[in-house]
Amino acid sequence: MVEQDVTVKNRAGIHARPAGMIVTLANKYTSQIFIEKDNDKINAKSIMGLITLGVLCNTTIKISATGADEAAAVEALVKLIDNRFEE
Amino acid sequence: MPKAFTVLDLLDLDLRDHNALNLVCKAGRKGLSKPISQPDINRPGLALSGFFDDFNPKRLQLFGNGETAYLRKLSQENSWGAVEEIFSRGIPCCIFTNNYLPEDRFLQLAETHQVPVLLSELNSVDFTVRIIRTLADVFAPQRTIHGVLVEVSGMGILLLGDSGVGKSEAALELIERGHRLVCDDAVDIRCVSGNTLMGKPVNPTLGHHLEVRGIGIINVAQLFGVAAIQFQKEIEMIIELEIWDHNKEYERLGTKDATSEILGVSLPSMKIPVKPGRNIAILIETAVMNHRLKKMGFHSAQEFNQNVIQWLESENARTVYLRKTQENQF
Repeated sequence: MVEQDVTVKNRAGIHARPAGMIVTLANKYTSQIFIEKDNDKINAKSIMGLITLGVLCNTTIKISATGADEAAAVEALVKLIDNRFEE
Repeated sequence: MPKAFTVLDLLDLDLRDHNALNLVCKAGRKGLSKPISQPDINRPGLALSGFFDDFNPKRLQLFGNGETAYLRKLSQENSWGAVEEIFSRGIPCCIFTNNYLPEDRFLQLAETHQVPVLLSELNSVDFTVRIIRTLADVFAPQRTIHGVLVEVSGMGILLLGDSGVGKSEAALELIERGHRLVCDDAVDIRCVSGNTLMGKPVNPTLGHHLEVRGIGIINVAQLFGVAAIQFQKEIEMIIELEIWDHNKEYERLGTKDATSEILGVSLPSMKIPVKPGRNIAILIETAVMNHRLKKMGFHSAQEFNQNVIQWLESENARTVYLRKTQENQF
């Protein structure tokens, strides 16, 4: 399993559009990918869970992946979040 | 690490009707960020009289009629030593029932020690019952699970399965067939009173939405009416959807009852393989009905098997009898 913490820096946090981008990206990988905030852990491949997680600006979330392409998946997601979802 | 539950969180809880605590903060607002670390209350009568052995400062301190009468006496004597001692022990907050506003000196001391003083209009009995119930819920073991929670014929069914297997689509069809959606995708599950699992949306304020591939996010309450939604539900059964795997053996008879465990509670569970052409909603409906029958004492698969055994035995007896009579004839 690969996991990494990342802080969400875009002003509006993870709303529908960024959530959509995360889910689309996560679905390109075969690994099981999870996103964790406080004690809530949700599947990164499904959009509703991600939105209801309520990630605000400057919140640190943990991305974890298990599977064949785990390292690449975590790296790609961290990059997307670090780039503020190309906003 | 779970986030600490603070006094402010207690005030912020959205409790209604028979759960409402009706709390207002009258002093010590600076202490509202104090964590409540134990789901229990203490009546500080003994402490007020100066006896502090085994005093548990982590509990909420509840002042009812007896305590407030004693406070009045202390106020007349102007002796506030014990009260100061209670405050300095680091208690999370003081709660007064019957809307009793304590003496000014008490409020001043609370302010200096930054201990919130909360008032409730309820009497102590009602308040105690409600706060214990509320805190038990807050402190209950909790997990967020990826799945869909639906109410099918009155039973809470947790649909599990990998992303994209068709949980939301199955839920949509169940709604269309008159069942209800509790939540989609992320289910907040709490184990209450040790053996019951309650499921609700992680964020109830966001309402009941479903995400369906190809359509997007839909508002179930708006589209199908309020009859199609439910706010929380006890989980009574787990149904796991998975893509049909030809190398795997699936249950054919249904004589064995499988169970799965969530938060230490064991629930009946079953796996339903998904492939194009299988109507998952009807399968789920049937599985639920069958489970209800089982609970009522009628086990379809076992009953069928019993009948087969009985029939085989009678056939057997018949052949033996026929053979014997034939032998006797010759």
